Amino acid sequence: MFFGENYLLSLMMLAPVIGSAIILFIRHKDAEIENRNVRSVALFTTLITFFMGLDLWAGFDNSTAEFQFVEKFQWFGDISYYLGVDGISVLFVLLTAFLMPIVILASWESIGKRVKEYMIAFLVLEALMIGVFTALDIFLFYVFFEGGLIPMYLLIGVWGGVNRIYASFKFFLYTLLGSVLMLVAVLYMYFQSGTTDIPALMMYDFDVDVQSWLWLAFFASFAVKMPMWPVHTWLPDAHVQAPTGGSVILAGVLLKMGGYGFLRFSLPMLPEASVEFSWLIFTLSIIAIIYTSLVALVQEDIKKLIAYSSVAHMGFVTIGIFLFNTNGIEGAIFTMLSHGVVSGALFLCVGVIYDRLHTREISRYGGLAVNMKIYAVTFVLFSLASVGLPGTSGFVGEFLVLNGSFAYSSWITFLAATGVILGAAYMLYLVRRLIFGELDKDDVRAMPDLSLREKLIFAPLVAVVLWMGIYPNSFLDPMHVSVQALLETHFPVETTHAATIDTSSAVVGR
Amino acid sequence: MNGEIPALLPALPEIILAIGAMILLMLGVFRGNGSFTQVTNLSVLLLVICAAVMISEVGGERQVTFNNMFVTDAFAVFAKVLVYMGSAIALLISGKFLAEHKIDKFEYPILVLFATLGMLIMVSANNLMSLYVGLELQSLSLYVLAAMNRDRLRSTEAGLKYFVLGALSSGMLLYGISLIYGFSGTTEFDVLATSLQGEGTPEIGIVIGLVFLLAGLAFKVSAVPFHMWTPDVYEGSPTPVTAFFAAAPKVAAMALLVRAMINGFPALIEEWQQVIIFVSIASMLVGAFVALVQTNIKRLMAYSSIGHVGYALVGLATGTQAGIEALLIYLAIYLTMTLGAFAAILSMRRSDGMVETVDDLAGLSETNLPMAVAIAIFMFSLAGIPLLAGFFGKWFIFLAAVEAGLVPLAIIGFLASVVACFYYLRIIKVMFFDEPSGAFDGEHGRSVSLVVGTAAVLNSPVSFLLISSLAGAAAWAANSLLFQ
Repeated sequence: MFFGENYLLSLMMLAPVIGSAIILFIRHKDAEIENRNVRSVALFTTLITFFMGLDLWAGFDNSTAEFQFVEKFQWFGDISYYLGVDGISVLFVLLTAFLMPIVILASWESIGKRVKEYMIAFLVLEALMIGVFTALDIFLFYVFFEGGLIPMYLLIGVWGGVNRIYASFKFFLYTLLGSVLMLVAVLYMYFQSGTTDIPALMMYDFDVDVQSWLWLAFFASFAVKMPMWPVHTWLPDAHVQAPTGGSVILAGVLLKMGGYGFLRFSLPMLPEASVEFSWLIFTLSIIAIIYTSLVALVQEDIKKLIAYSSVAHMGFVTIGIFLFNTNGIEGAIFTMLSHGVVSGALFLCVGVIYDRLHTREISRYGGLAVNMKIYAVTFVLFSLASVGLPGTSGFVGEFLVLNGSFAYSSWITFLAATGVILGAAYMLYLVRRLIFGELDKDDVRAMPDLSLREKLIFAPLVAVVLWMGIYPNSFLDPMHVSVQALLETHFPVETTHAATIDTSSAVVGR
Repeated sequence: MNGEIPALLPALPEIILAIGAMILLMLGVFRGNGSFTQVTNLSVLLLVICAAVMISEVGGERQVTFNNMFVTDAFAVFAKVLVYMGSAIALLISGKFLAEHKIDKFEYPILVLFATLGMLIMVSANNLMSLYVGLELQSLSLYVLAAMNRDRLRSTEAGLKYFVLGALSSGMLLYGISLIYGFSGTTEFDVLATSLQGEGTPEIGIVIGLVFLLAGLAFKVSAVPFHMWTPDVYEGSPTPVTAFFAAAPKVAAMALLVRAMINGFPALIEEWQQVIIFVSIASMLVGAFVALVQTNIKRLMAYSSIGHVGYALVGLATGTQAGIEALLIYLAIYLTMTLGAFAAILSMRRSDGMVETVDDLAGLSETNLPMAVAIAIFMFSLAGIPLLAGFFGKWFIFLAAVEAGLVPLAIIGFLASVVACFYYLRIIKVMFFDEPSGAFDGEHGRSVSLVVGTAAVLNSPVSFLLISSLAGAAAWAANSLLFQ
């Protein structure tokens, strides 16, 4: 049943590229019809990619830590076109493929100008994002990792808000600055080991002194991408200015590249340095969780608030990754997946009311529960998922991370848990101001409830959030073996004193 | 030996080019300025023929002739292909522009041909004397070309400035050559290399001569601190001439520099390496920072080219075969980027005259999307963003630098590239994010569209498919230089 098993990953990248090529040639004298055709082709392409992603998930073998769906062709020099997925990356590919059709649908009406270019940029971006998560050659990874900046820069700059130019430059240059340092490290690793194969580099033993420098270079790139405090400042700007679809992809997928990078490069390739610098990660993450939560409390702009909450959630992710135990890392991956869906959904929620009132100021709204009932339910559900209410996806990841950190140091748990409380505070405060209260503004009263298209967008997101919260094993099972192998190979000492609670039963049996 | 006719085959393409250029000159003289188009087309044809003869008849074997003054090998073939391409394309895109500005004189293609001949001799120079002769033939033609629009102040100023500063650098070069000759007793690269080998500390006179030589050559490649002429000349010269300046002469001068250092002074690598490292860092930084404040697009491209020379010099600074290979890859990619970018600039024209400031590009994506996309590709490629060809150039260059232990140089280079990225992004911003400021005249000639289109495709992700063969060719060329 698994069609094209040998080339599935390439096909997943090729489909959006072909789709954008088709869009390029769509012409019609009636602009309305042309735009409709463009949108349909884009939606169709992303749906095909999504089904291929499901196929990938179904065909994925949970019982091995080896890379699967591997494709390898000699390219130039020692560099090869080398793709594959393991338990760590497969779900990110799926997440990307899942969010894309939703993004296209969400941009259906809100993007009126230059629809063609918009859709092409998104489809190219999708191909690149899938490339990042599947590349098994460090050169290839870098190309995809950096190449994604181009479409995102254009998306923010062309279709963004008032201050879009500042935001797009900041986004581009910030990320590029981090990445070039990583590139030096990549060059050095290639020169040292004579290979650009990621699996081979994972087995290569870098000198301990050099490791620290290499680790810092990678850190520079991934910390910006995550983003970690204090290099997170590009994120609120980029989020606020980006069009809704851009924000969703930015929060949903692009931020995950940092965490994925830590798991794919820093941990396995530079294990000693990772242990050595874990204090740094913990410090920055805890500051991020508490500080950005407090900042989020005082935001007047809905998107900015959600952007800051993203930084806080990413703090949990980095803590989880550097705990070096199963619960921590699985929790981190799960938090990333959950955050991808939930924050994406929250940005879509903002997009819905923004399309109606064209403002993101919280005080301009209020009492939406009265006239937009379905919207209110949806928004509250995602807010609670973001807070980490049991039964939603947000809970599982945070629980696992806190559980893992308890085995490491109860102080980290204590401080991180403070973040959970603050998270509840700012999200519930937002809900109160937005959804509840008096409906005293006439223009807000006039806002219609969700349209059919919008319901279609939110339905799968609601389903996934509940699915991840109620039966997380579907998503945890693929990663068990890979995470276990990562820890056993590279951190044999650290794993021994980690908590050995059976994660899945602990969660499900709650 | 005396009285014998030297072997002519290795220099056959150059001889054909020289004779052909004379014939075309006659044609022009007898037929007057009306023959501009004809002479231009024939010149392009002549360049293509010479390139074909070189590839088929001369080949990549190392051969020397004219008393070891002239050498041809794989390295020369690689560099000369780039030179031929640069010159031919510069001729192709210039016709319409020159005609519109009423400077479509038949001397233009002839001068380009002679400059090209000079470059070919530079690439093949195996002796400080032939080096100088080639360089002067090229430079004198270029001075005249810069001042070609003689009714316009800026053009004549550019020509004069270029001439005065160029003469100064030639003087330094000659002084260096004479010092080297005085202290070593030879001007031939191979003999120099062997005679300098094995000595403990080199004689101070040779080192001083070498520094003067480097200063003179740094001027020709417009590396900092000998770059001052570049922005003025780029801005003042007619745009097709600028396009020509930015491409072929850079390649030739760089190839000359490489051959002189690697073949002539391998024993003094310690000495020249320091100089090259300094020059390369300075070029990268000046190219990045000064360009930030430029508003004229030609000046901006001038600083951008200074920066790119800095990156290419990183390859030479390593002094390794991988470094030279990277440099050749970089030059090849740079050639496509810069010619494409200039062809695009050439096409920016309004009825009220030339468009030269960055802000005039405003909203190009709405008035002429294909052109805007092409320029965006060139800019991202020049910035060295992955997915585009420019990134491969940087990858190879800095890989060689890291392998040679020059990690700080690589870090500085990358940081400079982030700064430089800002002004490339600014151009893209103006084209895509700003409101249109009025459309350009759509008509810019088929050849310009062809060049822009081809260069854009070559720089786009299509380069993923081509990079392997380019790297192979560069390795073949670099190999011939070091292990003869």
